[in-house]
Formats: sequence, structure tokens, C-alpha cells
Amino acid sequence: MCLAIPGKIIELVPDQPHLGTVEVTGVRRKVDLGLLVDDMPVPGDWVLIHVGFAMTKISEQDALEQMHLLQMLGETEQAIEEVRGYGLDDSGGIRSVSSGTS
Amino acid sequence: MRYVDEFRDPELITKASEEIYRLADTGRHYRIMEVCGGHTHAIYRFGLKDVLPANIELIHGPGCPVCVLPMGRIDDGLAVAKSQNVIFAAFGDMMRVPGTHGSPLEHKAGGTDVRIVYSPADALQLARKNPNKHVMFFAIGFETTAPSTALTLMRAKSEGIRNFSIFCNHVTIVPAIRAILDSPDMRLDAFIGPGHVSTVIGCRPYEWIARNEGKPVVTSGFEPLDLLQSIVMLLRQLRAGEARVENQYKRVVPWEGNRAALKAMAEVFQLRPYFEWRGLGFISQSALKIRDEYAEWDAEQRFPIPGTRVTDPKAAQCGEVLKGVLKPAQCKLFGNECTPEHPIGALMVSSEGSCAAYYNYEHRKAALVTRISSVA
Repeated sequence: MCLAIPGKIIELVPDQPHLGTVEVTGVRRKVDLGLLVDDMPVPGDWVLIHVGFAMTKISEQDALEQMHLLQMLGETEQAIEEVRGYGLDDSGGIRSVSSGTS
Repeated sequence: MRYVDEFRDPELITKASEEIYRLADTGRHYRIMEVCGGHTHAIYRFGLKDVLPANIELIHGPGCPVCVLPMGRIDDGLAVAKSQNVIFAAFGDMMRVPGTHGSPLEHKAGGTDVRIVYSPADALQLARKNPNKHVMFFAIGFETTAPSTALTLMRAKSEGIRNFSIFCNHVTIVPAIRAILDSPDMRLDAFIGPGHVSTVIGCRPYEWIARNEGKPVVTSGFEPLDLLQSIVMLLRQLRAGEARVENQYKRVVPWEGNRAALKAMAEVFQLRPYFEWRGLGFISQSALKIRDEYAEWDAEQRFPIPGTRVTDPKAAQCGEVLKGVLKPAQCKLFGNECTPEHPIGALMVSSEGSCAAYYNYEHRKAALVTRISSVA
């Protein structure tokens, strides 16, 4: 539940200003940037993502350390599965239940 | 020092550990609560107990939203999904959590339309894609997650999406800390404050703990070094007889929190007069409900709710473990009737619950050692 995933902003979605495309270990998905309206990120910025929403801007160094932390906690796979699952892109899927994630 | 070689800065870890040994008064027993379930998981995963002196005891707090959710709420959500023929959308964490008549996953097998979503925004997207079905998002989480639910609801309202609702179970961390501090059998010295909750609420909401209760609070990151540094900061305060709120996780947590997130929460939610927490009972003003302005998107106002109440078995001593009166393994059910595969009590339900974390990292390790030595 407390999972926070570091991602790099690739672009802001042109016709939907509250959305941005982020990249997490090669996976690109749209996330909601609405919680950062007071300090909107720009392409190249790093953010911490929680349940599909960018929560806070972080430095690149902190992003790399956060990824390392997920690896140490054994949660990298779960984080990538979460990012892959974000369903705001047509390519992303809201899946019917086949297995649970913990 | 089991995992010390894995640490990014083994030297810094050793230094922090030495500093803790130096600061801890050998004639005193320290009881420090880490409030957040993510911290509990990290503490066990990294075996931090092994680099701390024996007189520093870490007590695992209530910050696991899956664990503290009463079973009756799951029953109610699933009952609505079944009787109203709506899509029940929830995070993967919820899927195996037992209700009285089975988990969401088991209800899926019985024909209820249950979907995993990774974001409340995805539940709304599901409603956009299925205009002839109603999608109910079963929302759980502390202040880390509640702003995302709030923004999603604001988007549903502004787009006029009416086949969508929220079954709101969001809870707030500070009243739970207050309930633990008010408990007569509680004896704590200091708090490791939550990391990601604090990115939203900031550090000020903890100030009363220092001011009124005289107990230091340090909001902490999740890395081993973060947690050890936080313990150093707490011990320095305790040694100097001080009680302040400090922020160890400055790289992520702004002192004032996230104003946009707090604004979204205030727009959509109001406090419930009281809410039941598994293991802790009813706590006043400890949970969020949806404001009347958003009633149309509130599953509890839109659909008949059974209001199921399920009490935990008397033998389960979750409340005592939550307050640090008992260690997980001291509960009569631990590891026997109550395991992560078949959880009976709240704290065994999620990997962030203290009993599940203890079971996965300590109990299994001990069992393995016993097996190996009996073979040898």
C-alpha cells in the first residue's frame, strides 16, 4: 500500500493537461499530475508515483535510490506490475482478476 | 548484521549503529513505535533488529490500511456489488482479504464482477469504457492514498460520469496514534513518523505528540540508513530530555505537506464522527466520508448498505500487539490458527501487518534453523 515508485516525466499529454507520460524502467504509462498543480513537473523531472498519481517531485539521485530500495525490499516486480497495469493508456489494461497482488 | 553487505553504504550503517549504541542508556529500555506498515516491512526485511541494542524495542503501529479495515466493511462492499450488479473495483492488496463469506477473489469465482485496478483513476476509466455498467471503487488507505481518490471523484463530477461511485474506507493516521497514546496499558517513548503519509499532511499534525505527550517524533524514509538515522535523532532528543518533531525524510517530505492534495481532500471528504478499526475498536473522527456535494458518487448514499459488524475472535490479541503490549509471537493464535495463508486477526492480513511481517521474516527463519539443526 505504501509503495512509491520513481518515474521520469517524458511528456505532458497535450489535450489533457493534468496527465503526464512517465517512464519507469522502460515502461511508459500515463499518470495523473493533479496533486502537483502548485509546482507542475516538466519533461525530464522525476516524481514519486503512488496509485497512478504523482505525489511529489524528487531529484534524479533520489529516484535512483528509491529504485534501489524497491529492489532491496523485493518489490521491484510488484512496482513494475503496478505501472504496467495503469489503465489510462489504451495499451494499458484494467485486468479482470486472475491473480492478486499483495 | 544479516543484510549489512547488501546495504548501499555499509560503513554508514555501521556508524549509525555505533552511534545508537553510544546514545542508548544501558540502564533504560526504549520503546519506539514505527507508525507506518511500510516501515514495519522494511525493518523486518532488513533485519534491523540485528544492528540495534537489545534495550531498543521497536513497536509496530497501526499504519497498515488493509489490516485495520473491519471485515464488515468488506462484507458490505461485496454485498452491494452482488445485489446491485455493479463492478467491484479494488487494489490488488484487497483481493485475498477474507470477508465472512470469502475474499473478493472468491466472490469473483462465484460470479461477482470483481476487477483489480492499480489506481482510482483506472476505476473511473473502467466506468468511461462501460457506460452501461456501474463501477464502484472500494477505496482504502491513509492520507497517502485519499487525495488520489478525491481527485478522481472531482474528475468524475466535472465530466458528469454518473455510473461511478466510491465505497469510502479512507482513514487518518493521527487519531489512531492518539487512541494508542490514550490506552492505559500503553508505554511508548518515541515515534518514527510515517514517510509517505507525511508527504501529504506534512509534519505539523504530529506537533501535539511532542508538545502535549512529551514524546519525540521523527518522520523517516524507508531505507535502512534512514530508519537508523531516525532512531539516532530520537535518542538524541530523549537523551537531552527534549520532545520535538523532526524531519529525517526531507528529500521527500515538505514540512507543510502537499497543499494541492490537502485541498482536494477538503473539497471531497469530511470526517466521520467515528469509525471502527480492526484491532483498535471505534475511534472518533478517524475516517473520511464523502461530502453531500458528492453524494451522487457515494456508494453508501446511493445503495442500501447492510452495515455488517464482525467482531474478531476473542482469542486474537491484535489490539495488544498494536499497542506493543504483546509481541506477535506471544498471541495465542500466532503461527497456529493464524497465518498469512489463513489470517484470523487483522495484523496477519497484509504483508505490511506486523504479524505477517514477523511471520514471513522471523518465524519462517526460526523454523528453518530448527529444521536444519534437527537434520544435522
